[in-house]
Amino acid sequence: MTASDASLRRFLHGLPGVDQVGCEARAAGLGTRSIKTTAKAQALDLAIRMVDLTTLEGMDTPGKVRALASKAMRPDPADPTCPAAAAVCVYPDMVATAKDALGDSGVHVAAVATAFPSGRAALDIKLADTRDAVEAGADEIDMVIDRGAFLTGRYLQVFEEIVAVREACARPDGTAAHLKVIFETGELQTYDNVRRASWLAMMAGGDFIKTSTGKVQPAATLPVTLVMLEAVRDFRAQTGRMVGVKPAGGIRTAKDAIKYLVMVNEVVGQDWLDPDWFRFGASTLLNDLLMQRTKMTTGRYSGPDYFTLD
Amino acid sequence: MVKVPETAASAPLFDYAPAPESRAIVDIRSSYGLFVDGEFVDGQGSSFKTVNPATEEVLSEVAEASDADVDAAVKAARRAHSRVWGRMSGRERAKYLYRIARIIQERAREIAVLETLDNGKPIKESRDVDVPTAAAHFFYYAGWADKLEYAVPGNGAPQSLGVAGQVIPWNFPLLMLAWKIAPALAAGNTVVLKPAETTPLTALLFAEICQQADLPPGVVNIVTGAGATGQALVAHPDVDKVAFTGSTEVGRRIARTVAGTDKKVTLELGGKAANIVFEDAPVDQAVEGIVTGIFFNQGHVCCAGSRLLVQESVAEEVLDRLKRRMATLRVGDPLDKNTDVGAINSAEQLARITELARVGEDEVGTTGGAGRWSPPCDLPERGFWFPPTVFTGVSQAHRIAREEIFGPVLSVLTFRTATEAVEKANNTPFGLSAGVWTEKGSRILWMANQLRAGVVWANTFNKFDPTSPFGGYKESGYGREGGRHGLEGYLK
Amino acid sequence: MSPTTPARASVRKTWKLYIGGAFPRSESGYSYVVNDAKGQFVANAAMASRKDARDAVQAARKAFGGWSSKTAYNRAQILYRVAEVMEDRRPQFLDAVRQSEGLGSRQATQVVDDAVDRLVWYAGWADKITQVVGSANPVAGPYFNLSSPEPTGVVAVVAPQRSSLLGLVSVVAPAIVTGNTTVVLASEERPLPAITFAEVLATSDVPGGVVNVLTGPPAATAPWLAEHMDVNALDLTGLAGDDEAAAALEASAAENLKRVLRAPAAEPDWEADPGIDRMTAFLETKTVWHPIGL
Repeated sequence: MTASDASLRRFLHGLPGVDQVGCEARAAGLGTRSIKTTAKAQALDLAIRMVDLTTLEGMDTPGKVRALASKAMRPDPADPTCPAAAAVCVYPDMVATAKDALGDSGVHVAAVATAFPSGRAALDIKLADTRDAVEAGADEIDMVIDRGAFLTGRYLQVFEEIVAVREACARPDGTAAHLKVIFETGELQTYDNVRRASWLAMMAGGDFIKTSTGKVQPAATLPVTLVMLEAVRDFRAQTGRMVGVKPAGGIRTAKDAIKYLVMVNEVVGQDWLDPDWFRFGASTLLNDLLMQRTKMTTGRYSGPDYFTLD
Repeated sequence: MVKVPETAASAPLFDYAPAPESRAIVDIRSSYGLFVDGEFVDGQGSSFKTVNPATEEVLSEVAEASDADVDAAVKAARRAHSRVWGRMSGRERAKYLYRIARIIQERAREIAVLETLDNGKPIKESRDVDVPTAAAHFFYYAGWADKLEYAVPGNGAPQSLGVAGQVIPWNFPLLMLAWKIAPALAAGNTVVLKPAETTPLTALLFAEICQQADLPPGVVNIVTGAGATGQALVAHPDVDKVAFTGSTEVGRRIARTVAGTDKKVTLELGGKAANIVFEDAPVDQAVEGIVTGIFFNQGHVCCAGSRLLVQESVAEEVLDRLKRRMATLRVGDPLDKNTDVGAINSAEQLARITELARVGEDEVGTTGGAGRWSPPCDLPERGFWFPPTVFTGVSQAHRIAREEIFGPVLSVLTFRTATEAVEKANNTPFGLSAGVWTEKGSRILWMANQLRAGVVWANTFNKFDPTSPFGGYKESGYGREGGRHGLEGYLK
Repeated sequence: MSPTTPARASVRKTWKLYIGGAFPRSESGYSYVVNDAKGQFVANAAMASRKDARDAVQAARKAFGGWSSKTAYNRAQILYRVAEVMEDRRPQFLDAVRQSEGLGSRQATQVVDDAVDRLVWYAGWADKITQVVGSANPVAGPYFNLSSPEPTGVVAVVAPQRSSLLGLVSVVAPAIVTGNTTVVLASEERPLPAITFAEVLATSDVPGGVVNVLTGPPAATAPWLAEHMDVNALDLTGLAGDDEAAAALEASAAENLKRVLRAPAAEPDWEADPGIDRMTAFLETKTVWHPIGL
């Protein structure tokens, strides 16, 4: 199956199609679930634990990253019961700073590698980028696929690149950084392509599949995430291996986050309702989650001034 | 190819808390009279109770219109037609219909809650489907009222018929009312409408809306009651038009009743739609379409996709996926915003579904993968409930493949070729609707041509729109509702 | 006395039924006397029985699939061809109409001309009716939505009793031009033009079974057709003025919800513009939805 572009194409194009309208209607339907009281409180805490708190700017500095790290460890300094985020997500050159700041807090460091966000670099540069991040202590690598290759049908190239990056994630001690594969679904255009990319990445050994870099619109959407969830569900059914899903970019409100959790719950079930298997790539989302959480505990609506801006 | 586990495990980690819609917004009177000539009047007959099928709580006591009451209503409608409505310009009529559409939108939440209380359907369906679509129907036909000369090809000066006697079912009480009243009024007719015995309340609320809109008295009359009231209305000699939605059995009776008269008739009757899934279908959407097709509105849908025809090569996979999806359906309190499947409308209907399901169990047996299956679900103790149910190993000869069950019960059959699928799909006296799921464009069109049904949903199911004509072939009735075609039944 | 040469004995024709493209005698073996308008014996015509009606329905059903799935252009050509053949046989139709309806030569000519012209008119509708009565429906969502007319199926037609040719053509053509197939009960007392028409059909390109012609009293076959569960529609035009019989047939037709074109109070003026109602009476509307997406 993975011997050539042709055999990969035969497989990927043999996957069941996705009807756009039906897929979006299903996602919208799940979005109408009404999550209240105890369920909402539970969902908010879970969502906080799933946040990959992200800063991916040209103007990032060690100071900014350290601030972000402390926010990730203690999102609400006023409330010790508030859980920590899952990870901070930074460029490779910030990994060491982040690792240092996070210590043994349990919050992971994720690094975007492979000539993020465009992925337009030679393979050895992408691999070097990856190795640098891993050596600097990254727990997780968020790579981008070569969308140009994918869209022109060079599936084997995309596949082999993922395999190579995965090998570059290996540490000397035999362990490896977790590999998240970013599709940039906004560039893939169709849900059929998203499903094909999902299978390609899973077959190549990705630990997570991730929607977007956050640099291209549209980024994560509910229907794109639905297609990816269906893919990991079907992949597990067929191979027994579980793959995680990470929508990233554009998820800003607690209400949105809860819609995603409802979708995870109803499409793939509770096995994926865990930071090991579902993440949100986001920055401003965390504060809205915290505000809603405070509203749940105090009964009052809160305001942005009561939450840290990092 | 893809093998999936039988059912998803339940999710205690993230169980949804109850999210009930408040019923404080509705004000149900302890008793209702009839709405005749713009006023609520006491009927001359007896009365009957309407209950909430989810709890068996009595909601109200409603007048049962006698022959004399029906006669009074028809007379009021006749007067209103000859003195006011039939003479009014289309432009003026339009404005009343627009008013009604707006009031329905403004009172949407109240109407939705009332519909759910009286009918048992999930609030999300009355809120997102019934009420907005009803408003849309009035809005659509309002715009036709002053454009009728373009409505019927070859008839540049169409006239209204006069008085329309309309009898509607309990599955979409307000929506069916809108399907009937909006085109009738737009065309310049006046109406006497009988809502179903078990779901009269939104029609009575609609009567209030007519008052609120200052609709001239007698243009809309609502007579509540059971079969006898409907029969009196249909048989009334001064009714010019009969429109009925309901069972084929009653439709037959109406067709006999009007034989030899000049009454124009529209009948929208039963169905046993095939929902046909090919091996190249977009499988996840197809599964959604199967679920929507049979479990939407508890399967109380004349065009429900009650026969799943699935290509043998993917039958097992599709069934596994379907069962897994069914396990996530939330059955229970219709007022809970997260409920997917509500209560069966009446004890009588529940008895019929239960009986046919029992018959189905005997028919299909348990060998070779055949059998009856429902996901585990806790049904409330009070009220009328039936779990989402699927029968596998069904053949065309079985009663559950032929008779309309009108409940959340799906019969699964298989086919090998497109020709066989068409033969099986058409092998029924009904012809209301059909579904086709395949990604091959030319096959969709071929199937759409071959299927003898009034509505064909390709890669979708159970979609309705005011602009889209709806109605059946064969014993599913005649005439169309919706769209330009829907006006033809109300004009001469 | 020289022997006289006897006048040549004419070859008398026994008129038969037209079922499935063949001309069988009635299964019952019965026939009845047909006289001309002056009461003179013309011929014996087959008296169709309920079994003939059954056979005709079977033939019509068998023909429906092929006929309804022909292209509209093709059906138009075939109907136009029928008009051509009729035109060819004008003298025969003129005789038939004069004999049956007792018309003078000018009136008869008018009737035959109108009948041929009516066929031409309806032939042209085959590939236009869909555009006139169909629609693209702008639904409020991402769906392609089209409504188009389709033939109802097998239509049983009680043809007009008085207008034996123009009336006949005016009820048969609109039913078949859209793809229906028919079982036609010809005028009981004036069956000759219908038989001649059947001979035209048999020698043109109309497939056998599309039009089946029965002769005899309506009471012998119409009730069976009205009750027949494989008949989809009933045209009672030929029972104009006979309210009781028409009501009884309509009531029988309710059993399988046949579409019924009711009998008018009096036979229509067949020379008037027919409009499209006779076509739309035997059309269903099919609406097809499909999502619009990438």
